[in-house]
Amino acid sequence: MYAVRAGLKKFNIPYNFEIKSIIQLYAQWIREGKLKVNSDWNKDLKVKFTVQDPCQLVRKSFGDPVADELRFVVKAVVGEENFIDMTPNKSNNYCCGGGGGYLQSGYTEARHHYGQIKFNQIKNTGATYCIAPCHNCHSQIHDLNDHFDGGYYTVHLWTLICLSLGILGENERAYLGPDLAELGL
Amino acid sequence: MTEPALDLKNQKAEFRKKVEELLPNGNLNLCFTCGTCAGGCPATGLENMDPRKFVRMVALGLDDEVLSTPWVWMCSMCMRCNYACPMNVDIAGMVGLARQAWPRDQRPKGIVNSCDMALKHDTCSAMGASEEDFQFVVEDVLEEVRETQPGWEDLQAPVNKEGAYYYLNQNSREPVTEPDEMVPLWKILHLAGADWTYGTKGWGAENYCMFAQDLEAWEHIVRVKAKAVEDLGCKVWLNTE
Repeated sequence: MYAVRAGLKKFNIPYNFEIKSIIQLYAQWIREGKLKVNSDWNKDLKVKFTVQDPCQLVRKSFGDPVADELRFVVKAVVGEENFIDMTPNKSNNYCCGGGGGYLQSGYTEARHHYGQIKFNQIKNTGATYCIAPCHNCHSQIHDLNDHFDGGYYTVHLWTLICLSLGILGENERAYLGPDLAELGL
Repeated sequence: MTEPALDLKNQKAEFRKKVEELLPNGNLNLCFTCGTCAGGCPATGLENMDPRKFVRMVALGLDDEVLSTPWVWMCSMCMRCNYACPMNVDIAGMVGLARQAWPRDQRPKGIVNSCDMALKHDTCSAMGASEEDFQFVVEDVLEEVRETQPGWEDLQAPVNKEGAYYYLNQNSREPVTEPDEMVPLWKILHLAGADWTYGTKGWGAENYCMFAQDLEAWEHIVRVKAKAVEDLGCKVWLNTE
């Protein structure tokens, strides 16, 4: 996303399409009633969630408005009372340490050191799940849990949307913990 | 005699000239060393460096140090420093220029290899997946869902559908290592009634050539992707993240 937006600008490449994140559309489709998500599944379970703000999407692209859309979607899906934000958040959030090629760079020890801040932010929320709506964030936050023995799960946003819609298939649950692995099957 | 804190014998300042030329809005000389950047940077302390020190070293012309520290690869280019800086100093831009100054064969192999893989096919996949591989995986997974998941017999995952409104890209991780993770996305698009398509060209969402700071390769990848969207006549380039 950022590499395309920044590249089109930097290299003066003309184009005639819009650039969007599907997170903006998730929010739009929920508002329009096309995605009839609800959080009833979590009313009694009370599973707690936090969310990572991907730098490429939030700080480096669309800013706080898209971070607000992200929270609107997450709250609609898991229940407002079951969402706990990190501190700081949105455009002020810390990078997870998975971006910039870090995961591929071979500087693993430095990457874990860097990620300690993100790990602490997640642990301080007390949430069982961290929603990571970016592939690099997902890999890094997942790896930080393994490395620091965090005891939380790292999930994609699409997994939770489908879970709340009752349409998440059996093979689409690789990142859910045992508490949600069979919910709604 | 105590050692001086800084050894300025090796002042070269070639890199500073480059920064002033290539980042005319980089505001290098406006830095008043407040340290807000360093205070909020997770890479502070690595390699005994931080963004504030890095900017000072650039300003003082310490090219040898600036151009040799691996710290520029331990910065994730997240731009939190730029965002927090009261004087709009383009710190991340300077890190990018320092990355560019590394000979290509000395940059981190993993990043450079991911860039090279993306140059192999017009898919731009950093995992080297070809157009045929991608189409095969999408069609294979779709067929399985239609056959095994009741109620989803009509699920669609169009490839190269001309005139579709949304051109959806996909990180290589799904088609290459965990294809079932594409299915929830398709289901959401289906319920929303979205008119969308994948393209066999340009579908790879990742771009390590930017992080490798190989400008020619970065530009090539962006051009291939933009052309893929326009050749199919799509209105929106839609990112999954």
